[in-house]
Amino acid sequence: MAESGDISRLIGDLSADLKPVRRLAPPWLRSLYWLAAVIGLALVLIAIRIVFNWNGQPEVDPYVIPGALASGATAILAAFAAFELSLPDRSNAWALLPVPAFLVWVSINGLGCVASLANPAVQNNVPLFFTCLSIIFALSIPLSVATIIMVRRARPLRPLPVAILGGLAASAAGATLLILVHPHDSAVLDLCSHSLAVILVVGLNVLVGGRLFVPANNFRRRT
Amino acid sequence: MSPANHSVDFAAERVATDRRLTDAMAAAQGGDRAAYELVLRECVPVVRRIARAQGADANVLDDVVQDVLITLHGARATFDPSRSFVAWLTAITQRRAIDILRKRTRRSAREVYAPLAAETYAAEGDPETAASQSSEARELRAAVATLPQGQREAVQALALEENSLEDASKRTGRTKSALKVNLHRAIKTLRARMGGVEPDGETP
Repeated sequence: MAESGDISRLIGDLSADLKPVRRLAPPWLRSLYWLAAVIGLALVLIAIRIVFNWNGQPEVDPYVIPGALASGATAILAAFAAFELSLPDRSNAWALLPVPAFLVWVSINGLGCVASLANPAVQNNVPLFFTCLSIIFALSIPLSVATIIMVRRARPLRPLPVAILGGLAASAAGATLLILVHPHDSAVLDLCSHSLAVILVVGLNVLVGGRLFVPANNFRRRT
Repeated sequence: MSPANHSVDFAAERVATDRRLTDAMAAAQGGDRAAYELVLRECVPVVRRIARAQGADANVLDDVVQDVLITLHGARATFDPSRSFVAWLTAITQRRAIDILRKRTRRSAREVYAPLAAETYAAEGDPETAASQSSEARELRAAVATLPQGQREAVQALALEENSLEDASKRTGRTKSALKVNLHRAIKTLRARMGGVEPDGETP
């Protein structure tokens, strides 16, 4: 079928606008860059810890370390899935990649929470709830910004799932890094603070990231 | 040539086309304008075919093609020459076609078929204009009253009561297309009454 005049003119305009582009790095490499950003943030937290001479949590809840490992795995898998899904020709099934780790994270926290109910030493402390929430949120912000910047060049055609996965990656990483700077256990309020932080960060990524993922276009359809 | 040979040739041709477009797109990523123009031109029939398979009709095919070309231009850094160009283009086309069809469905759900909108929503003017409009309105009401029943029902349900085609169809028991035809004929009849042109008949 012959091209319409509008399409021919658009092809001419797009060809005239052509500039060489640097190919996007593959998702595994972008995930490594993102992980490097997380490790960089962890080093900053460790430095702060050394400066303030904090020796860590005196008695670590047995569920805290496995929970942190599961949230770390969730973060890495969610970031990788977000970078895969940001490319047009990748399967929607990538969105399910972090689900198993996320379920393990939720289960460990849930089990710890149930165990804490029977442990009188574990206390639900409202100020600690807000401190936990604020720290996870604050740690998630730079990681969310890093994800948005890294995903934006791909101009994802599925901005919503990419934003959700990016938010999950940032908040899960924030929850993992929390262990470096803030004493916490598996009390009900700790679980609530983690859950609320994940919801807030994912919501913020959907709200902000979804818009920023699609940079301004110089071309408009001709009608 | 046997059908089996024909299908092998067709598959081989598709692979060769994909290879050629993949190489041309890789060159375009490096800034080769001639290669890029070739890619864009060869994309057009492929995009049309995929969009048609997605359910896009002739009215939106050009829109889908233009959207895909613009999207491809913005996302060209994401193409990996070690993968199939046609698969990449197919994914972009399917998503853009779905987006355009969804937008179109939402828009058509909001819009009401109202060919008498100009008369229905006419702005109020000064007293003289208002009197003249009032006289015209009386004349129009009288003309509507003399319309055949089907045309009168169509004007009443669609133009005066502003029902959607679906609601008007339920209310009058007539099909949507009959209502549209009757409304169209009613307008012609009313124009004829006021301008002296011969009107049409009625659709049951």
